Amino acid sequence: MNGVHDLGGMHGMGPIPREENEPVFHHAWEGRVYALDRSLAAHQRWTLDAWRHDIELLPPADYLRMSYYERWLAAMERRVVRYGFLTPEELSSGRAAPDSARGAPALTAAMVQNYGRNLASAHDPSIQPLFHPGQRVRARNLHPAGHTRLPRYARGKCGDIARDHGVHDFPDTSAAGLGPKRQHLYSVRFAARELWGEAASPRDSVYIDLWDDYLEPA
Amino acid sequence: MSARNHDHQHQAVPSDPALRVKALESLLTEKGYVDPAALDALIDHFETKVGPRNGAKVVARAWVDPAFKRRLLADAPAAIAELGLIRHQGEHLVALENTPSVHNLVVCTLCSCYPWPLLGLPPVWYKSTAYRSRAVIDPRGVLREFGLELAGDVEVRVWDSTAEVRYIVIPERPAGTESLGENELADLVTRDSMIGAAKVSGPRP
Repeated sequence: MNGVHDLGGMHGMGPIPREENEPVFHHAWEGRVYALDRSLAAHQRWTLDAWRHDIELLPPADYLRMSYYERWLAAMERRVVRYGFLTPEELSSGRAAPDSARGAPALTAAMVQNYGRNLASAHDPSIQPLFHPGQRVRARNLHPAGHTRLPRYARGKCGDIARDHGVHDFPDTSAAGLGPKRQHLYSVRFAARELWGEAASPRDSVYIDLWDDYLEPA
Repeated sequence: MSARNHDHQHQAVPSDPALRVKALESLLTEKGYVDPAALDALIDHFETKVGPRNGAKVVARAWVDPAFKRRLLADAPAAIAELGLIRHQGEHLVALENTPSVHNLVVCTLCSCYPWPLLGLPPVWYKSTAYRSRAVIDPRGVLREFGLELAGDVEVRVWDSTAEVRYIVIPERPAGTESLGENELADLVTRDSMIGAAKVSGPRP
């Protein structure tokens, strides 16, 4: 979707907020949001791509106003209802209904020391790449209304395949519940001048990770 | 918009996040879906066990061991597994080497993707709309804001983390560190230098 989260190249966002000796969490509730979110994700009722899309679906003004973990919290309040952890009445009343569904924790304290992501292998010789390193490509001019990881600033621009990252889940279909549609992912090098015009440094470039379905031969 | 509608919108989003989180945690615990002890353990994990010291160990090893650096640049997950820092299979990591002629900078314009097994959770600046919007269009201006002025003949490569591939920058080893051991070198390596937002300074005299 052409959402406000797709920030690359925008102006007017102000100076970068840097902080010396920054804590991991600024408030205790931020840590609780983070841990609660990861504990729910362990139930595997949604994909990482669907999770990201939930945050993109926040109203744009809210997205810009909220802090990072406020966004997580707002998206989580929608998600717990949509995926059946809580009924809308339970969320609004704060009380568990006696006859509603119950479950067991998917993440326990003992599992935390080995906590990590469990991504599928990128090695799958049965899926052939459509492009090869060195090839000139164009990022397609796509404007899907759903989740996508093709940033607006790259659409229609030409670049070169810098490296093949192997086979990865395709975010657009994964977020929409249409399956992983695994395909090759590449690091594509775009000259800064191709993206931003003659004012950009002729030496500089931006590397973007893009899937087969986002690319066409140039 | 009328004042009435405006008020209504605010009511639909309760203001105190601490209370909202507490209510969610209490409900989800009562219904059995989450274990509060796991929440405590996860918070402790990210506050005390995972952080930029992991990445600094990788950088220091790359500085003292050229063969390790070659393996790291060719296949980062395999090289990092040698150090026992990441046990999970499937973390897709790429290491990028900063040199006198090439400067790499990592961003996630679409959200906040970050190599947390090596660097911990990202700082607020990395997740900010300011950094995410500007790093790709004005990397030299961003670096200047961080106090790093790059010469015009240095090539800047910005890496936008749009997929599940995570990038870590191997900064240049500072001059005057020839006599330092691997642990002392690791102490010099900062979080920001492994994102590409800073260089590593030599030891304070």
